[in-house]
Amino acid sequence: MRLFSVRGGVHLDYRKDRTRNLGIVPLPMPALLYLPLTQHVGAAAEPVVVAGQVVRKGEVLATAQGAVSAPVHAPTSGRIKEITGHVSPHPSGLSQSTIVLESDGADAWGALPAGIEDPFAATGQEIARRVAEAGVVGLGGAAFPAAVKLNLRAGHTVDTLLINGAECEPYLTCDDRVMREYAGEVVDGARIMAHALGAARIVIAVEKNKPEAIKAIANAARPFATMAVAEVPVRYPMGSAHHLVKVITGRETPAHGRTASVGVLVHNVGTARAIHHAVRFGRPLISRVVTVSGGALKSGHNIEVPLGTLVRELIDFCGGMVAHADQVISGGPMMGHPLPSLEAPVVKGTCGILALTADETNVQPTGPCIRCGSCVEACPSGLVPLQLATLIQHEDIDGAAKLGVEDCISCGSCSYICPSHIPLMHYFDYANGRLRVLDRKRKHQEKLKTLAEARRQRLERQAAARAAAKAKSARPAAPPTASAQAQTQTQAQAQSKPVGNSAAAASVTGAPVTGLPVTTATETGAGP
Amino acid sequence: MIDLPTDHRGPFTHAPTSIQNTMVLVTLALVPATLFNFWLFGWPSVFLFLLTVFACLGVEAGCLRLQQRPVTVTLLDGSALLTGWLLAMSLPPWAPWWIGVLGAVIALALAKQIYGGLGQNVFNPAMVARVALLVSFPVPMTAFVAPQPLFSAAAPGFLESLKITFGLSLPLDSVSAASALGYIKTELSRGIPVSQAMPEVSGLFDLAVGYQSGSFGETSELLILLGGLFLLWRRVITWHIPVTFIATLFGLGTVFHALGPDRFTDGAFQVLTGATMLGAFFIATDYVTSPVSASGRLVFGFGCGLLTWIIRTYAGYPEGVAFAVLLMNAMTPLIDQGFRPRPFGRTRRGDPLPLKSKP
Amino acid sequence: MMLAIGSLTALGVSLGAVLGAASRYLAVEVDPLESDLLDLLPGSQCGQCGFVGCGQAAAALAKGEAPVTLCGPGGKAVAEKLARRLGIHADLSKHQDQEPQVAIINEDLCIGCLRCFQECTTDAIVGAPKQLHTVITEHCHGCGKCTKTCPTGAVTMCPVPTTLNTWHWHKPVPKKGRHRATIGRRAVG
Repeated sequence: MRLFSVRGGVHLDYRKDRTRNLGIVPLPMPALLYLPLTQHVGAAAEPVVVAGQVVRKGEVLATAQGAVSAPVHAPTSGRIKEITGHVSPHPSGLSQSTIVLESDGADAWGALPAGIEDPFAATGQEIARRVAEAGVVGLGGAAFPAAVKLNLRAGHTVDTLLINGAECEPYLTCDDRVMREYAGEVVDGARIMAHALGAARIVIAVEKNKPEAIKAIANAARPFATMAVAEVPVRYPMGSAHHLVKVITGRETPAHGRTASVGVLVHNVGTARAIHHAVRFGRPLISRVVTVSGGALKSGHNIEVPLGTLVRELIDFCGGMVAHADQVISGGPMMGHPLPSLEAPVVKGTCGILALTADETNVQPTGPCIRCGSCVEACPSGLVPLQLATLIQHEDIDGAAKLGVEDCISCGSCSYICPSHIPLMHYFDYANGRLRVLDRKRKHQEKLKTLAEARRQRLERQAAARAAAKAKSARPAAPPTASAQAQTQTQAQAQSKPVGNSAAAASVTGAPVTGLPVTTATETGAGP
Repeated sequence: MIDLPTDHRGPFTHAPTSIQNTMVLVTLALVPATLFNFWLFGWPSVFLFLLTVFACLGVEAGCLRLQQRPVTVTLLDGSALLTGWLLAMSLPPWAPWWIGVLGAVIALALAKQIYGGLGQNVFNPAMVARVALLVSFPVPMTAFVAPQPLFSAAAPGFLESLKITFGLSLPLDSVSAASALGYIKTELSRGIPVSQAMPEVSGLFDLAVGYQSGSFGETSELLILLGGLFLLWRRVITWHIPVTFIATLFGLGTVFHALGPDRFTDGAFQVLTGATMLGAFFIATDYVTSPVSASGRLVFGFGCGLLTWIIRTYAGYPEGVAFAVLLMNAMTPLIDQGFRPRPFGRTRRGDPLPLKSKP
Repeated sequence: MMLAIGSLTALGVSLGAVLGAASRYLAVEVDPLESDLLDLLPGSQCGQCGFVGCGQAAAALAKGEAPVTLCGPGGKAVAEKLARRLGIHADLSKHQDQEPQVAIINEDLCIGCLRCFQECTTDAIVGAPKQLHTVITEHCHGCGKCTKTCPTGAVTMCPVPTTLNTWHWHKPVPKKGRHRATIGRRAVG
């Protein structure tokens, strides 16, 4: 297959040998599972269970809210202990609403929706509905609800489904093992997705450093003429969706756009496998393969982890820490986030848990920028990191925005290669965070301006109404003013004493005119 | 709740690169040429070289002390050493000691530390020093000697060399010689055409290997080229500047020599004499003072080549590399602004790529 | 010699004439300072600055009668922009941004007097006489006027908490080494 080139990227020390040849092992079910309500991009799920309730494996614990959301299911049978705040696997250390499930040891499945007999006879909407019900999200780490992506068919013509088996981050081998051990499931899931999308072509992209996975997938895909396996060069960040699309199809997605706009949809191999389970058997997403590795651990493993397992339990399963861990990370070392605590749970987007020593993280003091240009060569987005970092260091966030900092995909290639160990990607994440805050503030202020304007108009209207009422009462043959005023009264209490002066009285009657909901006794205590 | 460190965003792995690594590789690349030149010009050149390098380290240390910045670690990054090395390679081998010391002061204090230290200077420090010395002291800076190989009969002995370097005796007229470029220029000014002057200059092979007079950086083009190729292989520099620099010089030389063989020297001569190789691989490629993008570097290399040729051909000085590089250094910020990489997903102008209409 | 003097004099005179003509015919129009400043202000008419509305505040700024730090809700960002537009240097290093706040009504203390309702510049408080009042949080911009008029102290300000959606990375502190960690140089490039 002809491949195209993309700019930038770095060649990493992959360090996958520790776990790449270890088969996926199941984790013994933990006693307690902690399931956050937001394990996906979008609105938080709403719980439909209460403390004390007994649930079965696969039962819905929280339902999706709105178009971009996903439900949460019980990874095992047991009893709901409580729904409380618990630390999130997020560097902020903030807690979020979490359902705590106490396992009963029986691991008994509840009633599942029936699988679709012949997915290739079903409509795209039906398949998307099953995928949504099963709570499948992008398992490559982005955790975007998969059903929403399948529904993009409505607005775009998708001719190619690209299955992302690149796994370009160091240490991580979960996708590698899934391809080797469950190639059939991955291929089936891909075919179902392609049918749902109406895509004529399926390409499964795997980096060249996974020869066994390539062989397994190629074998599984051989009977299907529409499927092909592409061996892509080993270069980070080959797994970036936009760049992979360019490498395989030659099409470059416009900045801040979706790959669907150039006719391609990308999904992770793990997501394809989850979709196979959801559509064929009605099984929800309740576990995922996680690579646990790093120099600080006694051993590394690829583990099929029930969602909600605490990170601490995974580390114990691997024999615990034998060296001081400089960092414990969720994801890969390049784009992964530091974990705030070992008590954080594994969620749908957790691809890896890494406990790295100081030797492995190689944090050195920051030196001056020598303008070597390595970061410019390495940036896959075509930015000039050294210039952006200068501006951000001097708090010129707007200047950085003009030079394209919002195009940064946070891959970390620049920081990796910088000989002066300047935390470039950190600068860009900081700037983008500030820009998001400013954007939110600006939108809020626009809204406030219209509200203030609406208030001004309301006051004007009321002043005009008062003036008209005065003029009427001054006229000799005027109709009684009381009825005119009574007409403008609404839900306000009949015997309400006007507070303060007459202007206030007018404003009382005027209040409902704005259309804002008038509080009654039932609506109380607002505030954050 | 936070009980693990969450201060760092990442990445949590790093390439085994450092500033020191880079500087060490560059000095390594210069070692063959330097040793050859030590042999070619004897003890005086060794003394001048060592003096210049130590003076550079000393001046840098002094400046750091004045700024109350840590001295040892900064010196260990190797940038002062490299500046001193390059400066020493662009001085006449038998120059007196004060040329080296003054050069060190100009290069490190005036052209680097005053701007703010490593990474902050606009102009290449070694070239600023060389040019300042050349303009201020034209006689000592153009007093080249013919090769006096070490341990050969005519070469000055140890003590004799000390006297030469420390200015207690002047180089004998019998050993002074012009560099190849200098010779051609002088002959042209006397009205003797290039074609007649060329045979008096060493043959091309000799020029390449280096048995000629000139500064360290002007003698053995071959050894310096080998050093430059080493740097390319180790990815310390990229091909853009050296290739365009040399190609421009070669191209201009060839074209104009074909048009006027009596007035212009040919492409091979342009490339194999003077500080071409040193300039292309070591001087113009200096990180701090050259553009950061690939397209910017191509423009920079072309500009350096063009200016070098113009200065060599039309201007008062026989060698133009130092001036050309300094002039292009001044252009670097402008080049950086105008020649940026194309962002992914956008046109060159910065708008998102237009979508092709659906068929 | 006379030729030199004469030619340079002629050059000077003609260039001077060109410059004079340019300053008259190519002069820049009076710039719309006040409306530019008004655009930079939040526009919620909260009155915290002491002026009745943002329009009056902009007029005062244009006349130089008000400091650029007058807008509390706008914070440092707005102060910087105002300073830049006015072309003055403002030392904002000690300026602490007001943490974003919203009003919250304690239902146990509210007597339904409508005083806060009348103060609110964006109609974020809804209520009717003798009915409990409440704050529409999304419409509240934290000016605090309502807290000042409440006779029972039912209305208080509280900070907007950070959520997973609003959290972002702090500015990196480059790891202190022996080198000074400077990144770029020069304003240009």
